[in-house]
Amino acid sequence: MKKTLLCIALAGALSASAQAADKIKVGFISTLSGPGGVLGGAIRDGFQLGLDHAGGKLGGLPAELIVEDDQQKPDVAKQLADKLIKRDKVDFMTGIVFQNIMQAVQGTVLGAETYYVSPNTGPSNLAGAGCNPYFFAVSWVSDSYSEATGKTMTDKGLNKVFVIAPNYPGGMDVVNGFKRYYKGGYAGEAYTKLGQLDYAVEISQIRAAKPDAVFFFLPGGMGVNFLKQWHQAGMGKEFPLFGTGWSFDQDTLAAVGEPTEFALNTSHWNLDLDNPANKKFVADFEKKYKRLPNEFAAQGYDAARLLDAAVRDVKGKVEDKAALGAALKAANFESVRGAFKFNKNNFPIQNYYLRQVRKDDKGRFVNKTVGTIFTDHQDAYVSACKM
Amino acid sequence: MNWIFFFEQCLNGLQFGLMLFLLVAGLTLIFGIMDLINLAHGSLYMIGAYLVATFAQASGSFMLAVALGLVATAIIGMAVEVLVLRGLYKRDHLSQVLATFALILIANETTRAIWGVQPLSLSVPAALSGSVELLPGLHYSTFRLVIIAVGLAVAALLYFVVVRTRVGMLVRAGASNRQMATAMGTNIKWLFTAVFGAGAMLCALAGAMLGPLLAVQVGMGENILILAFVTVVIGGIGSMRGAFIGALLVGVVDTFGRAFIPTLLRTALPPSLADAAGPSLAAITTYLLMVVVLFWKPQGLFPAGS
Repeated sequence: MKKTLLCIALAGALSASAQAADKIKVGFISTLSGPGGVLGGAIRDGFQLGLDHAGGKLGGLPAELIVEDDQQKPDVAKQLADKLIKRDKVDFMTGIVFQNIMQAVQGTVLGAETYYVSPNTGPSNLAGAGCNPYFFAVSWVSDSYSEATGKTMTDKGLNKVFVIAPNYPGGMDVVNGFKRYYKGGYAGEAYTKLGQLDYAVEISQIRAAKPDAVFFFLPGGMGVNFLKQWHQAGMGKEFPLFGTGWSFDQDTLAAVGEPTEFALNTSHWNLDLDNPANKKFVADFEKKYKRLPNEFAAQGYDAARLLDAAVRDVKGKVEDKAALGAALKAANFESVRGAFKFNKNNFPIQNYYLRQVRKDDKGRFVNKTVGTIFTDHQDAYVSACKM
Repeated sequence: MNWIFFFEQCLNGLQFGLMLFLLVAGLTLIFGIMDLINLAHGSLYMIGAYLVATFAQASGSFMLAVALGLVATAIIGMAVEVLVLRGLYKRDHLSQVLATFALILIANETTRAIWGVQPLSLSVPAALSGSVELLPGLHYSTFRLVIIAVGLAVAALLYFVVVRTRVGMLVRAGASNRQMATAMGTNIKWLFTAVFGAGAMLCALAGAMLGPLLAVQVGMGENILILAFVTVVIGGIGSMRGAFIGALLVGVVDTFGRAFIPTLLRTALPPSLADAAGPSLAAITTYLLMVVVLFWKPQGLFPAGS
């Protein structure tokens, strides 16, 4: 009896491994509900479009996408990661929006030697001393956008800048990135409570400080609140506003509208980047989802394209981890941001652009690319990576 | 520091306090008079803001949208009271907390299903979108002045209704002794439904006044709910006067904390220490205020029935 059971178990195990070779399973954990759900939704839509463009396959093999909602809760994400790795035995993981969620699952995912392709969060520790051969980011390091903003404001010769950001580790990272490249003086700095609703106090402070320009980093709903109140106080006409691309993504522009007009912001991608892959992506995204894509969707799309290329390059043999890692690193696909390559820490070496919010000919608020800030920019942490 | 900046921050504090009062007034009516802990108060505020934004987009008129939104939210509030909350008055506070927490989850998911995850935009009517020069060199947003005016008007109206009218008398009677009021022929059931409807209406008004300043999005109610409860506790549970004073106190203390503490600390402490401590200290001033008030007056500043 025992023998029979063993045989059945063995047969089961054999057939399971035989199945793994003829389809690719991707575990997609993302924030799809709550205030952060807009971001996860954009990444998922972009990723799905990337799969569609590959005919629903990855590297020619049928793809199974398992989508899970982490509700922006680290404990929920950890359970989902356990389930995807141990029960579903996924070949790849992707999808996570927020850094604290990544921190909760990285031990599970990377410890199980499952390749994780980040379509958004790029924690600086994973770019530096904690870099890991199983972690790839098709996005950026969390302070890259603000480094670009800092460089822009230095290049414009600004010398009296007001900085406003929320007082939490993520906010301080972004401000430190800004200060690394901004060389001028400061008119003042305000570090607000995370989740603050009303910015009348800070807007009065800015008006009293009379800065040349304002650098603001207030992610999510805080940024929407700030922009509306900024516009209402009539500040836009007096003080130029600089931010990161996250505060001026296409979904925010569509929701907030006029208060965002003329703001300058930085990103590694834009709607109007002139390359064939991007044109196809923007046109098909709009056709499928009836709205314009943002950088989060572009990152999701690139993540799917990267997986497709890597599986194709190893001819479907995803069990060969070393070859798969080399194929991911080669990034043998046409990115919507134009040419890029992975640095030794598996983070992109790429350009960063300056964009300005303007009205397009259909009356929609969109970002226009107005300059290139960094060409082939490397993050500040790569030298600490011993990979 | 100049006087214009100081005066502007006073106005900011007053405006923030009155904005809180709009929410807290409804909360304290329901909490104090009906003895119901309604965590879903923030959800009514969210629903109000969404409805006003939707009506404003459809009709193009802010005023009409506010009127329709207020009525619609009051109807939704009364329906919730009749269908769900009526069975909870006799239960303990824990059951009420659990049931109204469930309502928050239901309201959030329903809102998401109807309106999607994108924040809605609600713009100020053009006539109110500019700023007024109150004093030479002091420009203040017209819409924020309107919020101050609306807040003061609502406070006066509520005071008048609760203290001077027959309806207010019934409400106070029902609150102080439910059985006795019933015995005297008051229909407490429908009175409470009406009170709940009025509370919901105040929520919608808060949503309409804040919609142009804040993101109209799922979960907006929970952000402000904690501050609203802090205000109720400081003012004294169930007291309308306490809610008014408490809201103003919280508004002014929070505003002044953010405006002046970081600067003051920088004059007293070395810069690195001041920069680290300033924002954190400014963020907790309202909670410090609550601790101080509760230490001296455990029932809040104006306990109900005093």
